[in-house]
Amino acid sequence: MTKQQANWSPYDNNGGSCVAIAGSDYCVIAADTRMSTGYNILTRDYSKISHLAEKCVMASSGFQADVKALQKVLFARHLTYQHQHNKQMSCPAMAQLLSNTLYYKRFFPYYSFNVLGGLDSEGKGCVFTYDAVGSYERVGYSSQGSGSTLIMPFLDNQLKSPSPLLLPAQDAVTPLSETEAVDLVKTVFASATERDIYTGDKVEIVILNASGIHREFMDLRKD
Amino acid sequence: MKLDTSGLESFPSLISHGNDVAGEISAPPSFELPNSNDFDGFLKEAIQMVKPAKGTTTLAFIFKEGVMVAADSRASMGGYISSQSVKKIIEINPYMLGTMAGGAADCQFWHRNLGIKCRLHELANKRRISVTGASKLLANILYSYRGMGLSVGTMIAGWDETGPGLYYVDSEGGRLKGTRFSVGSGSPYAYGVLDSGYKYDMSIEEASELARRAIYHATFRDGASGGVASVYYVGPTGWTKLSGDDVGELHYHYNPVTPSSIVEQEMVEAAAP
Repeated sequence: MTKQQANWSPYDNNGGSCVAIAGSDYCVIAADTRMSTGYNILTRDYSKISHLAEKCVMASSGFQADVKALQKVLFARHLTYQHQHNKQMSCPAMAQLLSNTLYYKRFFPYYSFNVLGGLDSEGKGCVFTYDAVGSYERVGYSSQGSGSTLIMPFLDNQLKSPSPLLLPAQDAVTPLSETEAVDLVKTVFASATERDIYTGDKVEIVILNASGIHREFMDLRKD
Repeated sequence: MKLDTSGLESFPSLISHGNDVAGEISAPPSFELPNSNDFDGFLKEAIQMVKPAKGTTTLAFIFKEGVMVAADSRASMGGYISSQSVKKIIEINPYMLGTMAGGAADCQFWHRNLGIKCRLHELANKRRISVTGASKLLANILYSYRGMGLSVGTMIAGWDETGPGLYYVDSEGGRLKGTRFSVGSGSPYAYGVLDSGYKYDMSIEEASELARRAIYHATFRDGASGGVASVYYVGPTGWTKLSGDDVGELHYHYNPVTPSSIVEQEMVEAAAP
């Protein structure tokens, strides 16, 4: 007699795509607002973006319950940091905190595919990209989620910068201006919506620069 | 099931915490485990879902002048290239390097943890830790997680009081001292080039060229390896990065395209009517 297996999985995939692009003095982070399960749409108006620190924004796709839990943990850890050090966490510091937080659930992972965007201590844009268990890397641009295989090659074509591993070192930040980067993000989501069923409805775009944080929405196809 | 989490205890609590919240956060964390009947099956599925970045070529060898360490920079998730710029040579401290093969998060996290432990050793013992000691620390931690699904195939290379040191450590709990290692899906190709060209009495330039060639050849034949070939040298004063070359460009550097001198067909202007 075979052992009875649980036919219930603690995970679900709510779909969606996230993108982040770093510039010389700005960072653009965007995610669509569709939340699905299987072939059903749960809502057209769900934010996948969370403002963790003054200069640090995270966008996550995957299982939104795990994403919500992760956002809460990071927010609470940031609050503690502020009480202990009397200052906001820098983006690179938050990046490592996120990596460790993800790895501490190595044997029961957060089903969350994250991109972290913000400004580093010099005011330059920085983007960090993660896998579900915490391996991370600072890059000039990244996408995660159901549309990432469609979006990434296009971003490589438009933004491909010399690898940070090359020696002699070459500057990796994109030369695009802020408005050009935002236009690129809108184009990218419009294209991803055409070919990915889980991406659509609206795209929420967050822009971080020296003057603060700015949020805008753009409608996408709702089919 | 209680896991041995002593591997995560890197900061002993010196201050007594009256506040429960602060105490809870700074206490060494323990790994949560899911309540399931079939833990192995659940882990297999979780690993599939996570699909840790695998597929790589890394190598390291000891020669007369010190240790040469080289790696590619591709991370693949199944058939998708998730990154072409992964840092697979991890700088543990200014005189010790670790290489990454297997699960990217596993290697990154445990190398970071090893760096912390090495620093604490320095502070507690007023001297640097040996390569032997550092590799043993890592091997013991990985052994305690044996069977849990960690995927780590790393080489610890450094220079200590006894001279150059090189150890291979993996997530099965294995730890080997040696003079030539290559780890990853591209390692058979790298071994072929490395073993045929190796001489103990090489200069630093010859050794770095050998390492670069070995990585290049592995990226040429192995689909899971590619990106940038990085070469580091570890000597008596610590490590330095010698080169980082895109393997696509290295291909034409090693196989230059010569314009053909024989023109088969030449296009000429049509005579005016």
